[in-house]
Amino acid sequence: MSIYGVLFEQLPYLLQGLGIAVLLLVALLLVGLILGLVFALVEIYGPLWARIPAYAVERFARGVPAIILLFLFYYGLGNLFSIGSFLAAVGALGFRSGGYQSQIFRGAIQSVPYGQMEAARAVGMSRMGAVAFIIVPQALRHAIGPWSNEFSAEFKDTSLAYVIGVIELTRQAHYIISNQHGHTLPVLLFAAVLYFIVNRFGNSLLYRLESRLEVPGFERRS
Amino acid sequence: MKGFFAFAWENLPYLLDGAVIALALWTLAMILGFLFALALTWCRVYGDRFLYALSTGYVEVFRGTPMIIQMFVIYLGLPDVGVVMNAFAAATIAMGLNSAAYQAEYFRGAIQSIPAGQMVAARAIGMSRFDAVRTVVLPQAMRHVIPQWSNEAILELKFTSIAYAISVHEITARAYEIGYSTFRFFEIFLVAAAIYLVMTTVVAQVLDVVERRARVPGIGAPAADRAGA
Amino acid sequence: MSQPLLVIEDLHKSYAGTEVLKGISFDLDRGQTKVLIGPSGSGKSTLLRCVNHLTRPDRGRIVLDGEEVVDKRINAIRATIGFVFQDFNLFTHLRALDNVAVGLWRVRGMDRRSARERAARELDRVGMGNRAQAYPAELSGGQQQRVSIARALAMDPRVILFDEPTSALDPELTEEVVEVMRQLASEGMTMLVVSHEMGFARSAADEIIFIEHGVIVEEGPPSQLFRDAQQKRTRDFLRIISGSYGQETAS
Repeated sequence: MSIYGVLFEQLPYLLQGLGIAVLLLVALLLVGLILGLVFALVEIYGPLWARIPAYAVERFARGVPAIILLFLFYYGLGNLFSIGSFLAAVGALGFRSGGYQSQIFRGAIQSVPYGQMEAARAVGMSRMGAVAFIIVPQALRHAIGPWSNEFSAEFKDTSLAYVIGVIELTRQAHYIISNQHGHTLPVLLFAAVLYFIVNRFGNSLLYRLESRLEVPGFERRS
Repeated sequence: MKGFFAFAWENLPYLLDGAVIALALWTLAMILGFLFALALTWCRVYGDRFLYALSTGYVEVFRGTPMIIQMFVIYLGLPDVGVVMNAFAAATIAMGLNSAAYQAEYFRGAIQSIPAGQMVAARAIGMSRFDAVRTVVLPQAMRHVIPQWSNEAILELKFTSIAYAISVHEITARAYEIGYSTFRFFEIFLVAAAIYLVMTTVVAQVLDVVERRARVPGIGAPAADRAGA
Repeated sequence: MSQPLLVIEDLHKSYAGTEVLKGISFDLDRGQTKVLIGPSGSGKSTLLRCVNHLTRPDRGRIVLDGEEVVDKRINAIRATIGFVFQDFNLFTHLRALDNVAVGLWRVRGMDRRSARERAARELDRVGMGNRAQAYPAELSGGQQQRVSIARALAMDPRVILFDEPTSALDPELTEEVVEVMRQLASEGMTMLVVSHEMGFARSAADEIIFIEHGVIVEEGPPSQLFRDAQQKRTRDFLRIISGSYGQETAS
């Protein structure tokens, strides 16, 4: 069968794989967002006994390769709770993303000038109130740029969930080329194109979000 | 059933052999990437429209697609067109090409952050464009780029684990092997994780020292660490 | 004579081994305006920031309206003290109107509409009513500082602290701010000002306090200090600062 025939026939499976990858991405980014915010706030505003473990956990999440984390969650949590490969992937990649997003949020919070906090306290706001209403809204705007990079990186990393059996795009592609001989290159390139397009699309959405939130004084990084 | 530490100790040498392979892979890939990135950066900053388009396209493609797909393409896909190579070489080339794209981006950003006046002054005393870049712009740009380059280097170190997927016999592959035969997956991967952590920490420290040694007052962003009240 | 509004008693503060405030004591009566002057590093700003505990003093007492300023009630106390920063510190992500309203809404618990109405009135008071929708980045330094004064006024403060309000401004922009401050002083606002603006000190201050190396060297009404200061150090400083010491020009 010609390559076009193969691609046409296998398209539904590839798109299915792409769908799973996107689902995985959304889930892991959400997990990472929550973890990241918690880590960042604890590391900046928390007491010492909380800051140190938070930093240690974050370091672990960032310093261990994604594949190892995937295996750890799959064979670790997987054995304890029998959660299946998709959830293990969400856990592993979400945990890792939490480490990276924590770095992003920390940098964003720390780039808000100290005077903003002082002015908020001077008017009588509590520390938590100041953080919630003055610091975080500004920090979020600083965070969007680096967060887009994180988005792209995580989307590409969903391809690694392949090693614990998640049936996302890469696994579908690999399955196809193990069963068809001589069409390996085109199938892989097609998968690459799919990744590329969705990545671009996601980035342009984030770019537009950045414009929406733009406020004089927080100009978009060009 | 042995305890965790005995188990870990027993399998450590085998994993460390894998670490050597990973480090070799990493070193070659970074060198390859660095050299190629220099060329790419030249094309993107000083090249004509054609070179610019070509190099930008390259960077976009390699940064926009997953590393594992790139490795598959080179190891499994190229044989389709007659280019066959062993797994280690394929991994090295894939990582090198990938790293080149990222390094090129950082270099471009660093060069473009050097004030135009530096180049103008160099040309004014008669330097050729190539010379000016080599003696004036590049040394400054390199210092700007060290923190990002360190991050990239550590990232690539972790990427060596992906070579597992194309059967390179590095740490992850060996850990999987041991897990498969002993069913003690979680524990052996914990050991592997520890090895990676040690490697990345050591590399980070070394690069930190390099950054400090290379520091010149006035170049590079100071670390502004301001904790909230 | 009723009790003073603000009593500062034996204030001490050290930074990294260096003692910056070495036992400062003075009072501020209701409706008074006092200006703190002195060379850089003399501790003036530190003193001001101790009043509302933005900086915590090591030793000494601060009593506002009969109540001691302590950390336990600090948020409630700060809500009654206005503070104007050298760098304005307007909330960059909020428009001018919301900058002024946010304290009323978040701290005083007002509903947003009433808070904004009150904020609009305060902005009018400082002459910024027509720029209520502007973001801080769109305003000049003088305009930002006036908005920041409006922000302080909106909270109905018992006293307003000014920390070098014009030092970060280009010369041609200081007058609009000083004018607002003069107006406030004449309306009876209690003010404690750290500043180099000798014009303001001469015309609006009830008393000038000269601080050097963390201690009060001399204090007295402007007419006395500018014409006939007791301490040589005071005279030396005033000569440097105003360049026209000895001439009591009406302003």
